[in-house]
Amino acid sequence: MKPEAAAEAVEPAEGEPLVSIRDLRTYYSIRGSFADRLVGREGGVVKAVDGVSLDIRRGEVLGLVGESGSGKTTLGRTLLGLVRASGGSVEFEGREISGLPERKFRELRRQMQVVFQDPHASLNPAMTIAQAVGHPLQIHGLERDRNQLRARVSDVLETVGLAPAEAYLDKYPGDLSGGQKQRAVIARALILNPVLLVADEPVSMLDMSVRAKILELMLALKRDFELTYLYITHDLATARFFCDRIAIMYLGRIVETGPADAIYADPKHPYTQALLRAIPEPDPARAVPRDLPRGEVPDAASPPLGCSFHPRCPRAFEPCGWESRDLRDLLETRWARLAGDPRVEEEQEAVGDLDGLDRPSPEVRMSAPRGRQPEEVVALLERIRAEDPQEPFWRGVKRLEASGTHVALDFQLPKDPRLQPVDDVSVACHLYGVPESG
Amino acid sequence: MSGDPVLQARDLRVYYGTPGNPVRAVDGVTLDIGESEVVGLVGESGCGKSTLGRGILGLLPDGARADGEVLYGGRNLVTLSSRELRRLRGPDLGLVFQEPMTRLNPLLRISDHFRETLEQHDPSLTDAEVKRRSLETLGRMGIPPTRFRQYPHEFSGGMRQRIMIALALVLRPKLLVADEPTTSLDVIVEGQILALLADLKNNFGTALLLITHNLGIVAESCDRMAVMYAGRIAEEGPVREVFADPAHPYTRELLRSTISLDTTELHSIPGAPPNLIDPPPGCRFHPRCPDAMQVCNQLEPIEQRLADGRRVLCWLHGPSERIPPGAGAPLEREAIGVADEA
Repeated sequence: MKPEAAAEAVEPAEGEPLVSIRDLRTYYSIRGSFADRLVGREGGVVKAVDGVSLDIRRGEVLGLVGESGSGKTTLGRTLLGLVRASGGSVEFEGREISGLPERKFRELRRQMQVVFQDPHASLNPAMTIAQAVGHPLQIHGLERDRNQLRARVSDVLETVGLAPAEAYLDKYPGDLSGGQKQRAVIARALILNPVLLVADEPVSMLDMSVRAKILELMLALKRDFELTYLYITHDLATARFFCDRIAIMYLGRIVETGPADAIYADPKHPYTQALLRAIPEPDPARAVPRDLPRGEVPDAASPPLGCSFHPRCPRAFEPCGWESRDLRDLLETRWARLAGDPRVEEEQEAVGDLDGLDRPSPEVRMSAPRGRQPEEVVALLERIRAEDPQEPFWRGVKRLEASGTHVALDFQLPKDPRLQPVDDVSVACHLYGVPESG
Repeated sequence: MSGDPVLQARDLRVYYGTPGNPVRAVDGVTLDIGESEVVGLVGESGCGKSTLGRGILGLLPDGARADGEVLYGGRNLVTLSSRELRRLRGPDLGLVFQEPMTRLNPLLRISDHFRETLEQHDPSLTDAEVKRRSLETLGRMGIPPTRFRQYPHEFSGGMRQRIMIALALVLRPKLLVADEPTTSLDVIVEGQILALLADLKNNFGTALLLITHNLGIVAESCDRMAVMYAGRIAEEGPVREVFADPAHPYTRELLRSTISLDTTELHSIPGAPPNLIDPPPGCRFHPRCPDAMQVCNQLEPIEQRLADGRRVLCWLHGPSERIPPGAGAPLEREAIGVADEA
């Protein structure tokens, strides 16, 4: 069921989107260690945003949802020009804005404003609320008359519910509660009459009893000022109230996007399904879900091959990108589960050092430890397979045999999932069709 | 409550600050925790729930004064010396914090953390025994033996929290207090950790006091719950009963304002929690309570026990003979500004 407030929202007009993002990439380079630099070795690259295409339509709320490390915040910051794009395009009202110099961006920011997660850190503790909220007008040289400035600040404070404004104008952020600070931050964003508001986790630091009020305020403002929102969050429960469309992000890419109703009614990507299942429900009849994906969001400096989600995915199969590190996971998960069992030490000795598996590759060549035979490892792996043949890992194994002094384990070739239309949404998942080429 | 209580708090009070003007963070709390029981303690920020958790373990900061009783194994923890308390922490009482990274020493390997913890309580343990017990506990928390010699920074946030829980459990405590153990974690990892905590009673026989602001977490993982408001327990009882029919208006309003996938309309509680130096007279919730009666700002409510065993601190449940004539009429509420909130 959709809440009323959101149902009232006007269907966004088809036609030219307000923001059009195409194949956007934002890479951060990581410096290697001092020793690396001495020998001229390059540091790695973190692809925080890795080829994202998205439209934000005028008047809609687009929810950008993901866990920490998904790149959702970097995407928002790239859009605002706070981080430089490494490639791709961002059009705002039909005009290319990625790569603009900071001076030009500053003008643009009159139209695109941002509300960050932590209201305590967003306000300068040494500035009164009147100074902080009026600051953007001064920066942009839009209001020089002090009385006029104060009047405009009063207006906007009352608009966000900080009424009577006189009670707040000369207060410092330290005098305000978290919810009041977040209202002041919203007032400061609003005072320039922006078209687009990027809201990055605006309620996640607030108490449950306050979240609803801030969300309601934001919905009312959107209606009254014809705003467009990019709502960045990890929380699919608040997004449900707030968003017309949803884009789910995982490790720098969009994995599912479409109308909010469609995504909540019938989530397609196993990651979206897991995110929804994991939300704790205030219903004692429901126990903590036991079938959650294992592990955590992997290191973006060295993402998994194929689909980034495959190591955690309960439905992964042949083309999803099986590789050496998945073998390490398989063994380590088993050894953790069997902790205390003498078999663990025997198996560890037979397999030897696992560090060789950390270099991602769909072809594994493991040499047996000194004095051991590769056949022992093959036999062990076959035993593990026999114990749990349903484990998705085995679907990715093409060849497993002893070959000379080595264990040879070849996986199916990894394929990168691309966003493809399925019913009313777009999904990047091989379950809905595997591309011809990798 | 199932079984005999592991720990009983009786009229526990914890005050901070100067004697003349104290912050009454915990103000007369009575709470039992049964053997292998999972008890949820919920409330808004500043309600005193973390102070209660620390007060129970005798881990209060300097300048805090505790009064009342915390009975554990026949002894009152409030009057124990810090040395005696230290001996109980670990083999009897454990604590898991919100930020796992700040609680692990970045210069020590995981193996060293376990060695230190185990040897502190039993210096006669052999290296092999230390390793065996550590790996077994880590394994149950999903940490493989191959990572025993690594440093804290080599682990992700969720794994660090698993390590912290394993460190608290390796001495097999009777009671574990977990203070917002999943707040800094992503939702899927949060679910994984909650599943581990919910299994403590089966795997370790440990009772758990789970402190959280999230009612969803309480519903899914706890047997019993206590709702705290302004230093006091407003309502306490079995999770199913409390959720099905909240007895205290604060519990009801808190439930209604929780945003979940099943929520169909947004709701919030007007006003903000009071400061605890000078709390409102009578019932501390009365300025925000939609059901407040005239008695509520005059007299402190008296704890009532409902037929199903729940305890509730609200005049709506009587005793009616103690309500002065006519004071059952609705209370005219002062207007609450739209932004006067937490």
